[in-house]
Amino acid sequence: MTPLLSVQGITKRYGNHIGCADVSFDLYPGEVMGIVGESGSGKSTLLNCMAGHLTPDAGQVVFDTRTDGPRDTITMSEPERRMLGRTDWAFVHQHARDGLRMGVSAGGNVGERLMAVGARHYGDIREQATDWLGRVEIDASRVDDRPTTFSGGMQQRLQIARNLVTGPRLVFMDEPTGGLDVSVQARLLDLLRGLVRDMGLSAIIVTHDLAVVRLLADRLMVMKDGHVVEAGLTDQVLDDPQHAYSQLLVSSVLQV
Amino acid sequence: MSNYNFAYLDEQTKRMIRRAILKGLAIPGYQVPFASREMPMPYGWGTGGVQVSAAVLTPEDTFKVIDQGADDTTNAVSIRTFFERTAGVETTTATCDATVIQTRHRIPEEALQEGQILVYQVPIPEPLRFLEPRESETRKMHSLEEYGLMHVKLYEDISRHGHIATSYAYPVKVEGRYVMDPSPIPKFDNPKLGDMAAIQLFGAGREQRIYALPPYTQVVSLDFEDHPFEASKADHPCGMCGATDSYLDELIVDDAGGRMFVCSDTDYCEARQAAGHKGKDAA
Repeated sequence: MTPLLSVQGITKRYGNHIGCADVSFDLYPGEVMGIVGESGSGKSTLLNCMAGHLTPDAGQVVFDTRTDGPRDTITMSEPERRMLGRTDWAFVHQHARDGLRMGVSAGGNVGERLMAVGARHYGDIREQATDWLGRVEIDASRVDDRPTTFSGGMQQRLQIARNLVTGPRLVFMDEPTGGLDVSVQARLLDLLRGLVRDMGLSAIIVTHDLAVVRLLADRLMVMKDGHVVEAGLTDQVLDDPQHAYSQLLVSSVLQV
Repeated sequence: MSNYNFAYLDEQTKRMIRRAILKGLAIPGYQVPFASREMPMPYGWGTGGVQVSAAVLTPEDTFKVIDQGADDTTNAVSIRTFFERTAGVETTTATCDATVIQTRHRIPEEALQEGQILVYQVPIPEPLRFLEPRESETRKMHSLEEYGLMHVKLYEDISRHGHIATSYAYPVKVEGRYVMDPSPIPKFDNPKLGDMAAIQLFGAGREQRIYALPPYTQVVSLDFEDHPFEASKADHPCGMCGATDSYLDELIVDDAGGRMFVCSDTDYCEARQAAGHKGKDAA
């Protein structure tokens, strides 16, 4: 089977400082990969390099495109890469404000990606937007309200709806549950797990919350100081961590 | 008159502006940056239009200025006087006699001919500005033809008002490529932009942009399949000349709710009255 995303030797430096160094892995269709590590370990740098927001200094990000098969997205032309970003890829930001247009209604936010790929029928766009609001458990009566009137959890769910409306195959998530209280986190995770299973999505989730990866991720990478120190199946890494830092990470989780 | 170079600006500046105009004509709808000069009037009063007019005027030209369709408002009178003094060109209020027409917020009712130039004053040339505040990003969106956001604005209109409520500065797509702000003309005038015989030049002084439509350019107003573009106007005949096909201003005439509708294009209205047409409010 061809991997959906094949990352080879991604390196990003900020001057003398290492963002992330020589990261390689394959992601297969339908698989969810978790990336954990402490703040400053290079998780977000890696994610942004893969999603095309940052240009890595070395390495390849080969994505299995629908039309042309595997292509290196880093050497791809910018219009092609931005097109991928609107169709096959989705990016869920930690702060919903970064991923939403706060001055535009919820329906407009969800419809934007549809209109960006050429939808020009108002009734259809609105119907799809309403349908997606339902799927992320936002009441259809809120379709004309601005995200500024939404709670943090709702904003995050709206951001997810906005990203998934064009049926992407790969979702990048940067701390999707960060800044939400635990009960809202639990519902959001439940929702995400359902969507990932139903749509057969592949996802890369960056987080420092081990509970998130335990619930969502099939495989796990542990990063420290820009390097991947341990990788494997989620349960394997969390239940039997081998590297000293992974052991520290797992044992640092507070038990209630 | 002798104290000024012809048409106020120096020759090098006019060359620079002409180069921007030629580039704009070569790439219809594309916003060409230019080094806008300080003009002896405040920004927002038509500094962009005045510079473009100064660059295209020749001593043989006949010049007309309209402000919201009218020849007799402060802005129109002061710009007309400005070029009378600094260029010594003939001025007129008759649309058909003018070779260069500078306009603020209207296109004349009378169809323009080949050989005429229509110069628009533009406050904000970037149609995506209120949706995407970053200039770097809007330029990228233009270069990559990413115009989905423009439809988000129209979507918002429909979801809030039930129809596309944008009634002026209605965005258009030029030759299937660039999305352009037609300056704050009423959307009633949008259909006249396309396939026009005259050259149309757009100058934004504060924002330092010039763009242009060469004659007979395809210009399409953006819309949705189920909410098509509609050129709207007040549903009345003109009170002075009885015209039913012209864009109307609504005037409050007393403090008892009395109102009348008159053509915003004063030259068109006067010409019709001179030809014997009479509206219901005509004295």
